[in-house]
Amino acid sequence: MAINKHHTPMLDQLESGPWPSFISGIKRLRDEHPEERINKMTNDLLGQLEHSYETRKGYWKGGTVSVFQYGGGIIPRFSEVGHAFPESKEFHTLRVQPPAGNHYSTDMLRQMADSWEKYGSGLVTFHGQTGNIMFIGTDTEQTQHFFDEINDYGWDLGGAGPCVRTAMSCVGAARCEMSCTNEQKAHRLLVNNFTDDVHRPALPYKFKFKVSGCGNDCQNAVERADFAVIGTWRDDMNVNQDEFKAYVGRKGRQHVIDNIITRCPTNALSLNDDDSLEVNNKDCVRCMHCLNVVPKALHPGDDRGVTILIGGKRTLKIGDLMGTVVVPFKKLDTEEDWEEIVELAEEIIDFWAENALEHERCGEMIERIGLVNFLEGVGVEVDPNMVNNPRESSYIRMDGWDEEAVKWFDRQAEAS
Amino acid sequence: MADMRDPIETGCPDPFQYMHPMMRRNFGLWAYHEDPRPGVLLHVAKNGDKLWTIKAGTQRILDLFTLRTLCQIADDYSDGFIRFTIRSNPEFFVTEESRVEPLIEKLEEAGFIVGGTKNSVTTLSHTQGWLHCDIPGTDASGVVKSMMDELIDEFKVSEMPNRVHITTSCCQINCGGQGDIAINVQHTKPPKINHDLVANVCERPTVVARCPVAAIRPAMVNGKPSLEVDEKKCICCGACFPPCPPMQINDAEHTKLAIWVGGNHSNARGKPTFQKLVAAGIPNNPPRWPEATAIVKRILAEYKAGARDWERVGEWIERIGWPRFFELVELPFTKYHIDNWRGARKSLNASAHIRF
Repeated sequence: MAINKHHTPMLDQLESGPWPSFISGIKRLRDEHPEERINKMTNDLLGQLEHSYETRKGYWKGGTVSVFQYGGGIIPRFSEVGHAFPESKEFHTLRVQPPAGNHYSTDMLRQMADSWEKYGSGLVTFHGQTGNIMFIGTDTEQTQHFFDEINDYGWDLGGAGPCVRTAMSCVGAARCEMSCTNEQKAHRLLVNNFTDDVHRPALPYKFKFKVSGCGNDCQNAVERADFAVIGTWRDDMNVNQDEFKAYVGRKGRQHVIDNIITRCPTNALSLNDDDSLEVNNKDCVRCMHCLNVVPKALHPGDDRGVTILIGGKRTLKIGDLMGTVVVPFKKLDTEEDWEEIVELAEEIIDFWAENALEHERCGEMIERIGLVNFLEGVGVEVDPNMVNNPRESSYIRMDGWDEEAVKWFDRQAEAS
Repeated sequence: MADMRDPIETGCPDPFQYMHPMMRRNFGLWAYHEDPRPGVLLHVAKNGDKLWTIKAGTQRILDLFTLRTLCQIADDYSDGFIRFTIRSNPEFFVTEESRVEPLIEKLEEAGFIVGGTKNSVTTLSHTQGWLHCDIPGTDASGVVKSMMDELIDEFKVSEMPNRVHITTSCCQINCGGQGDIAINVQHTKPPKINHDLVANVCERPTVVARCPVAAIRPAMVNGKPSLEVDEKKCICCGACFPPCPPMQINDAEHTKLAIWVGGNHSNARGKPTFQKLVAAGIPNNPPRWPEATAIVKRILAEYKAGARDWERVGEWIERIGWPRFFELVELPFTKYHIDNWRGARKSLNASAHIRF
């Protein structure tokens, strides 16, 4: 049956130009897909989108849709102009958790495509800003059917609403020589420990885990995760002097001085007269710059672990916050180590759930109560790695100084 | 409900079952990488195994035809495996150098753009916009399509001083990220309140609590319980709109775009940084947003011409100074550039350091 195609003069202008066009893709679903349901649904979607382009307004409203026994994982969308575009008047997105590191076989992608074709609009994104596979566009009834089908072959919903959200991790050890930890294990252990908190939103607000295998932080964990895990090392970095000298030979000493030696943020590098590299590892902050420039010669050390930063988030409500160091270094070798990082996450989420205001991110709570109160709440000792510099204000009552100093020396003695 | 199926709460799946066998085999055993050409990475394992990764740009909002095309290319050229980067670029894998060029040709023939590695302008990351968001001030996919049409040449080569991450966001408060350049919605007028609906739709104490500047208070309007906004205090951020849709913040004329620069998530050289405001009042002009794109291109041109190798946009500006930056990109410096939010004093110049 022929459908009445909406006139879309504005969207049509997004079909020209060399970059692939999402409008052309949606039109193919409208014009060429064998399923009439998909033709009609995408036709009305285009109609509503054109209406948005004309009026510069959005016309989707949220609501309450989930699947049996879950409270979240779906982004419900009901059209405010559904009378004009009835075939897409319900257009919910399912957030589905990707495998850690975003690896797919084509067999699996095709199986998901087949299921989505049966129940959805035929639009999908790998991945949304939180890291979910976004299956965009289905109605309330089909939401359950689609979920049942993909859940049977191994896929589960991610988070939406005030809950633990879908986590993210970099490609890491699977394909990167700078990987300092098992990113995928950290990702899955952490988020899968909180499956109940992912599916049943009952926290003050969202809580995100992100894992990057080194300080390059390809997952934007420090900026965007409530719980950021960043790979690092604490022994000397590995230097292959032969490779480094070969690099100097190829590029010249001036290039090496301008691009490596003088770019070290803590002046920890020196170029020797024989073109080898001298590293003052005590001053090195593991920023990754020199390793990035000469990945063939410079690598992380062998005593690897992670730094954990807490409290990163975007603007709402008090402004953007970076995560800040709560654990400067944590080994992740033994099963006990891995249990400890999960326990720390549990402590933090419990304390935050108990003490945060409604709609307050973990970093905002820390901003409100102060880092020291937070650390005491979750049982972590203070450490000079947690600050850029000690306090500059004298407005603080310090009559507990002697006891605190003893604690420091006791901890030092214990550690040595 | 008796016939409802219980969910299987498996959470995040194990990736090893979907991972290219060479990555599985060399997990944690990679030695180094090289960049043989734009869009291609070569990783060499400690045992000498070589894996070429070919990266492509797509429209991100994928129709199933396009997804199946990607699958077909992966089956024919990439052993049946695909990975997606954080910026939604699919990556294909080959284990023999001779198979790199045919894969690139096939991807380009199918309309995908090979590039986005190393010091290129990689794919803009984007949010949902008018296509699917409930609070969008603008579209996202359309802005990205329009800009990538103009920036595509810089995606296909690696000629920038360092990598450039551009992000967009269709509201002021939520899900867009930090970028070397960010194009974000900036509202310029307080919300327009439909007082007939507030009492029934909004949980009023929640809305009052959501305002960052305490500008909202409960009020009786026309004999009905509603909310009112102190428009002198209101910063027009739109935070009240999600919990209270009758407080419409989006406006065809007064919702504008702003451009921010210098966000950087990496720890390389300096610590991670947030983006800083450079331009606002830019018209939200579908379907192609030419005014915003023109400013982005100007910033990129000056960055490309003036930055040293490895300097990200923010580092380049730190070195040349903000006065010079505003001069170079021919943008006005206004009172709005001077921060007055909490912690603002840290952004003021408390020194005699002035460039002449």
